[in-house]
Amino acid sequence: MRQRLSNLALELWLPVALVVGWWLLSDTSTSTYFPSLRTIMATFVDTWMFTRFGSDVIPSMARFAYGLGIALVIGITIGTVLGLVPTLRRAFDPILDFFRALPKPALLPLAIVVFGVGDGMKIFIIAFGTVWPILLNTTDGVRGVDPMLHDMARVFGLTRWQRLWQIILPAASPQMFVGIRLSLSIGLILMVVSEMVASTNGLGFFVLLSQQTFAIPQMWAGILLLGIIGYAVNLVFLMVERRVLRWHIGRRAAASGDDHQPTAKPKGRLRRARVVTALSSVFRTNA
Amino acid sequence: MMLEVTNLAKSYGDVPAIADLTFGVAAQEFVCIVGPSGCGKTTLLKCLSGLLEPSRGTAVLDGTTVDGPPETLALVFQEYSRSLLPWKTVLDNVLLPLRAKGLDKAEQRRLAMESLAEVGLADFTHAYPWQLSGGMQQRVAIARALAYQPKVLLMDEPFASVDAQTRAELEDLILKVRRHFGITVVLVTHDIDEAVYLADRVVVLTKRPTKVAEVIDIDLPDDRDQVTTRESPEFAHLRGQVARLIVGAQPGDADTTNVGVAS
Amino acid sequence: MTAAPTVEPAGTPTASTAPRPSVRRRRGGGRLLPLATTVGILVVAELVLRSGVLGSEFPAVSSVVAALITEVSNAAFWDRLYQTVQSWLIGFSLAAIIALPLGLLLASTRFLFRSTRLIIDFLRPIPPLAILPLAVLLLGSGTSMKVWLVAFSAVWPMLFQTIYGAHDVDGVARDTARSYGLGRAQIYRHVVIPGALPYIATGVRLAATIALVVTIATELIVGSAGLGYRINQVRYGGDMTTMYALILVAGLLGWLSTAASRALEKRLLFWHPSQRQAGGGQ
Ligand SMILES: Nc1ncnc2c1ncn2[C@@H]1O[C@H](COP(=O)(O)OP(=O)(O)O)[C@@H](O)[C@H]1O
Ligand SMILES: [Mg+2]
Repeated sequence: MRQRLSNLALELWLPVALVVGWWLLSDTSTSTYFPSLRTIMATFVDTWMFTRFGSDVIPSMARFAYGLGIALVIGITIGTVLGLVPTLRRAFDPILDFFRALPKPALLPLAIVVFGVGDGMKIFIIAFGTVWPILLNTTDGVRGVDPMLHDMARVFGLTRWQRLWQIILPAASPQMFVGIRLSLSIGLILMVVSEMVASTNGLGFFVLLSQQTFAIPQMWAGILLLGIIGYAVNLVFLMVERRVLRWHIGRRAAASGDDHQPTAKPKGRLRRARVVTALSSVFRTNA
Repeated sequence: MMLEVTNLAKSYGDVPAIADLTFGVAAQEFVCIVGPSGCGKTTLLKCLSGLLEPSRGTAVLDGTTVDGPPETLALVFQEYSRSLLPWKTVLDNVLLPLRAKGLDKAEQRRLAMESLAEVGLADFTHAYPWQLSGGMQQRVAIARALAYQPKVLLMDEPFASVDAQTRAELEDLILKVRRHFGITVVLVTHDIDEAVYLADRVVVLTKRPTKVAEVIDIDLPDDRDQVTTRESPEFAHLRGQVARLIVGAQPGDADTTNVGVAS
Repeated sequence: MTAAPTVEPAGTPTASTAPRPSVRRRRGGGRLLPLATTVGILVVAELVLRSGVLGSEFPAVSSVVAALITEVSNAAFWDRLYQTVQSWLIGFSLAAIIALPLGLLLASTRFLFRSTRLIIDFLRPIPPLAILPLAVLLLGSGTSMKVWLVAFSAVWPMLFQTIYGAHDVDGVARDTARSYGLGRAQIYRHVVIPGALPYIATGVRLAATIALVVTIATELIVGSAGLGYRINQVRYGGDMTTMYALILVAGLLGWLSTAASRALEKRLLFWHPSQRQAGGGQ
């Protein structure tokens, strides 16, 4: 218990000190560009709860979600096909390489020409930016499926459908998550950029407009919210990953354990054993 | 004959792995195939199970020539940790092949539970494979094969990567299972003792290019025992016979080879 | 604590560096298929686009190439390209100079590592362009703003990967080194830094990519001189063909960046399994 508390203190003292320091030092601030944290927080509450929540936060997040959703569907589908058919993958290699490396904001003017300045343009650019890491990592994951599993599937007469859903996709999922994680940060950047370049609402639009109209506390409040959203998106990702890849995390923990001792207990007690495994994987870095 | 292998040959590209194999396995017989590492034992099992097409010759299973994985055959792979699905529980691993068979749900479950009970894992149905020890994982793989209700069970060095104690337990388990289910077993190993202990007949293979060196009848009593069987003079004699064939050694120095031919 | 920090570094080296090159180079003679496919697609695109069914927003491939030739024969093009590349490289280098030593420092003791973990986990996922308005406010809309913004964006992937790379270095290797009586500095130099290199390399590659994205985005948004601004400018002018030509240039820039960091990784990490596997066929 004491151990826990001192761990917590070790993690928290600096963040707390920084926030408190910022608060105290800026409290008497008269600088236009650096308003006091008190002012920023007041503006934050005023702005986001809830006058601008519906008009800017929701549209931004919706575009991000749609773009990412489209990228997931397309990226996983095409990625799986390319992973299963190596010839196809090799044939398209240069084209994939080019689009993966293309700095996506360069496509914004094109997206504006084709889709106008509405939601379609933003969803397109987010989807186009996030699809490549997902697609390429899915391909790698599918191609990396242990050949023995393919043999096993054939010997036991699994149908194609079963092979895809029960074997190939789960086996490729850890690599997919690597791609999705990369996509998230690209997607958030593109969400902000597309709203800064051409928009009438959204968080990117809001912070840029605040700066241009010298609404400095609003600008700070916007930046703060973007930070929180970035953090929250990452957190949600980690939670989903930890759930979906529980087997993967558990297996790696088991494999790196010293003696490969079985960790399962006969029924009943198993639930607890699993909770302990899950917890220990969460706090693994604390060891 | 349940399984008949006739002049079977397999090469990888230009490299011959198996030169020419002919042998048969009777229904409900337990045949062990012994040969040095790299002589093509895994290749042979892949041909028998329809995963690989032989370059020449045929394998006939229960009257039908093998040209794809037959439904009446199951295979237990050497590396249990790779052939089980880590994202599925023990029960789901065993159920998976049954789903493709078109049995109704209750029947699937009954078969899975029955075979898990047979291998002593009835209490671990909801564990994940990686939560189990190596020996338990291999039991899951055996249960999965049994639940599939094959006529012939092929096993590729199934006990090669577990400790000696577990290995003995699994050997006895597979003898028991074979009696209960009345299935035909073809087990590949490079361990001479194991082959003699388990088999009704031992097929001894040569080095590459691989042929059948000899087929030896194991006329030990049916109820084998880890201690008494292994210390009987008949056992020692048979083991020496197999070892001489494999090592190509002269009679008399069989003692130096009694550990097996793991290389 | 719900703010559970990331356990794994983004894109561990085995995950993101190993498989791709290994397959691309597996068959030495396999250059024909990708080449033929690419040419084939370009030819089909040319035919479809030339027929004009897609409308004037989609010029033919040949006219894009022609526009590219016109554009690159213009001195102003090279000037803009220079602006972009300069901001990108300076910003990126600045970030590397800050992030790599800082990362090693923060990973060096448990105290520093644990104390700073939450802060870094919070700052890292902030989309770097969120602070663009602040940067404009403080630094104007010129090159120095661009450089600092790029540096800010490139710091995080490198810092994060360095910290976790150095922190994750095999405990056995560390203990072995200690048992041979190596001092702290020596362990760092001979064990920790080489061990962390694969992670750092991944961080550097990610950072270079993000830095280019931010460079071009900033030019687009703020209108500071460079490739990004130029793309938007020709779009305003309705010159679709040149716009495509410039997008092509941006793509090549990104491609060069990836190729360069992969080549560097290959040189530095020749001892790492991912590279051994990759270079095995050569
Ligand atoms: N896919 C393959 N391609 C080429 N050669 C192979 C392949 N699989 C096995 N071999 C070779 O064939 C021989 C027999 O292999 P294997 O059947 O695995 O032997 P065993 O199981 O008896 O150890 C070995 O020399 C091996 O190198
Ligand atoms: Mg083998």
